[in-house]
Amino acid sequence: MQDSGSEHTLSTEALDLPARQTRLQEFWAQLRKNRLALIGLVIFVLFFIVAVTGMVLTTGTSPQLDSSLVRLQEKLRPPLSRPNLKSLQADEVPVLGIYLLGTDELGRDVFARMLQGAWVSLTVGFVAVGIAVLIGIILGGLSGYYGHSPVRVAQVFIAVLVVLVVTNWSRLSFKTLAVLISITVALAVFLLFSRKKEFGGPLFLLNTQLFSVDMLITGLIDIMLCFPSFFLILTVVALLPASIYNIMIVIGLTSWMGAARFVRAEFLSLREQDFVTAARALGVSDWRIIFRHMVPNAIAPVLVSATIGIAGAILTEAGLSFLGFGVPPPHATWGNILSDGKNYLFDAPWLTIIPGVAILVVVLSFNLFGEGLRDILNPKLRERH
Amino acid sequence: MKEDSSGNNVILKVQGLKKYFPVRRGVLQRVIGWIMAVDGVDLELSGGKTLGLVGESGCGKSTLARLILKLVEPDAGNIFFRGEEITGLSRVEMKPYRRFMQIIFQDPFGSLNPRMTVGQSIEEGLRAVGVGSLEQRRRRVVELLEMVGIPALAAQRYPHEFSGGQRQRIGIARALSVDPELIICDEPVSALDVSIQAQILNLLRSLQEGLGLTYIFIAHDLHVVEYVSDNVAIMYLGHIMEYGPAEVVYSQHLHPYSSALLEAAPVPDPSAKRSWTPLAGDVPSPFNPPPGCKFQNRCPLVEDRCRKGEITLYEVNGAHRVRCWKVLGR
Repeated sequence: MQDSGSEHTLSTEALDLPARQTRLQEFWAQLRKNRLALIGLVIFVLFFIVAVTGMVLTTGTSPQLDSSLVRLQEKLRPPLSRPNLKSLQADEVPVLGIYLLGTDELGRDVFARMLQGAWVSLTVGFVAVGIAVLIGIILGGLSGYYGHSPVRVAQVFIAVLVVLVVTNWSRLSFKTLAVLISITVALAVFLLFSRKKEFGGPLFLLNTQLFSVDMLITGLIDIMLCFPSFFLILTVVALLPASIYNIMIVIGLTSWMGAARFVRAEFLSLREQDFVTAARALGVSDWRIIFRHMVPNAIAPVLVSATIGIAGAILTEAGLSFLGFGVPPPHATWGNILSDGKNYLFDAPWLTIIPGVAILVVVLSFNLFGEGLRDILNPKLRERH
Repeated sequence: MKEDSSGNNVILKVQGLKKYFPVRRGVLQRVIGWIMAVDGVDLELSGGKTLGLVGESGCGKSTLARLILKLVEPDAGNIFFRGEEITGLSRVEMKPYRRFMQIIFQDPFGSLNPRMTVGQSIEEGLRAVGVGSLEQRRRRVVELLEMVGIPALAAQRYPHEFSGGQRQRIGIARALSVDPELIICDEPVSALDVSIQAQILNLLRSLQEGLGLTYIFIAHDLHVVEYVSDNVAIMYLGHIMEYGPAEVVYSQHLHPYSSALLEAAPVPDPSAKRSWTPLAGDVPSPFNPPPGCKFQNRCPLVEDRCRKGEITLYEVNGAHRVRCWKVLGR
C-alpha cells in the first residue's frame, strides 16, 4: 500500500494541540472560580503557618512564648490588656508587651497556649488521617485488586495459628510452640504445592475455598463501621497511657473505612480499564500496575475524604481533650483550653470563645476546601458553579 | 488440524480453547450455571497475515483475544505461540512471551492512563522488556511516535490533549514498543469517525508491511474486515461458525448465520434491491445454552439433528470450513 504513507503524514500536520496546560495550572484555574474553596485553602495555609511558628516559639527549654508560665497575680485578664509590670518579674513579662488573647485562670498567656494547641491540632489531624489513608489504600487496594482470589481453609488455619503463637509466645511451653510452628509450616508448604492439584478426603477440605479476600475486607469494614467510633476511641484512650501519639494512632485506626471503600470502588472499576489491561499485556508487574497506574487514578476521592477527615480528627481530638482524655494537662490543646475556660464562661468568656472560634474556623476551612477539591477533581460536577 | 493454505509459517495455533464464566447466586455464592463465552475455538494464524474475527456483540470475540494474550486463563484447550505451548505458563514464565503479543483497544479514551504522559505510557513497555538506559528509551519513544505519525513533542503531553484518532495512534505506538510479532486489534476503529478509520486502517497496513506484523482483527464492521483480512472467522456464541480466506467467506459463504450476517451489512447504494429476511429474535444468552448447534433457535434450516449431536467444523475445500452439516452438499 504505497499511498498510505502520504495519508498518514497528512494527519501529522493536522495535529493541532491546544496550549499546554499542566494539571496544576488547570487545578488553580478551577480553584479560583470556587470562592469558598479558595477561602478554605487560604485559612488552611494560614493555620499551617501559625501552627508551625507556634511550635517553634513555644518549645525548647526557654521558649519565646511560654505557654505554661503561671502568673497568679495576672489571672483572667481580658484580651489586649497590658500586663501590670510592677507585680511581674522581668522574665514573666509577655514578649509582645501585651496579653494578646488575655490570660486564663492561672494567669497563663492564652495566645501562647493557642499557638501550642494549633500544632497539636495540626499534627493530630495530619498524622491520624495519614494513618487512616495508608490503611485505607492498602486494604481497599487489596480488596479491589486481589478481591477475587479465594481464601482457603488452610490459609485461615495458618492465620489462626500465627496469631496464637505470636500472642502467647511467652506463655506456651517449648513443646507446644514447636508443634504449632511445625503445623503452620506444613500448611504453608501444602498451600504452595496444592494450587493446581486435586485432593481427596481431608486434604481436599483444607483446599476448600471459604470466602474471597474481598468478602473478608468488606466484612471488616462493615464491622468497624458498626462501632460508635467516638466511644471506641474513648475506651481505648482510657486504657492506654495518655499521650498525643496514642490519640493520633487510635483516631487513625478507627477512621480508615471511608478511604478503604473509596479505594476499593475505584480499583474495581480501574482494573477493568483498557490501560490496565494494556499494562498487563506489556508484562508490567502487579506492583507497578497498582502503584503507577491505579493508585494515582484512585487517589482523588481519597484526597477529598482525607481533607474532610482532617477536620473530623481535629474535632475528635478537641472533644477528647475537652472530656479530659486527651493530651495530658500542662501541654495546651484547643480542647483543654476550651474545657478549662468553661468554668469561667461568664467571668472570662474569651477563654471559651477563642478556642471555640479557632476550632470552628479551622474545621470549616478544611471542610470547604475538601468540598471544593471534590468539585474540582470530579469533572462531572465542574460546570455547576 | 490441517495446514493453512499459506504454508508452514504458523505463528499462533489455538486448539479447543474454552472459557466458561461461572454464574453465582445466593449467600453461599453457589455456581448455578456457566456463561460459555468461548466454547471450543480452533485457529491457526500464519505470520504476516491478518485474521478477521467477526461476530455480534457478546459472541466472545474479546474474550478470545484476552485468552490468546493470556490475560484470562482458559478453562480448556491449548495455545501455541511459534510452536511452544503457552497455556499452562505462570505469570513469570509467561513474561518472555508478552513482548511478542500485543493488543490495541477499541476505546481510545480508556486505553491510555490519564495520569501518565504519552511518553511515559509508551515507555512502560520498554521498561517491562528491559530496554536499558533512560536515554535509549526516550529515543525509542520518539521513534515509535514518528512511526505512527505523531510528532515527537507529544511525548510530554497527557492523553486528554489528543483526539480519538491521535490516541489510537499512541495506543498503536505503545503496542509496537516491545517489537511484537502478533497484534490483536480489538475493534480498533469502531469508536472513530469514518475518515479517521481509514487513516488508522492504512497505518495498520503500512506497519504490517514494514514490520511483518500478524494481526487478529476483531470488528463488527464487515466492510472493514473485508478490507484488512486475509482470512476471516465468523463467531457466534463462542463458536467459530465459518472460517476461510476472506474472498471465499465474503462471496461463497455457506453457513446460514454467515449469510444472515453478511447480507445484513448495508450496501452504499440506495437503489440496490435487497432480498434477505432479517433474522428473527435476539442472540440467545450464552448462559447454559442447549446442546447441539448454537444457532438452532434462529436458523431457517434447523432440523432435529441440529438440536442433538455436536456439530463440528466441516471442511468445505482448502481452508474453508463451516460448522453446519446441512450446507455441506451445496
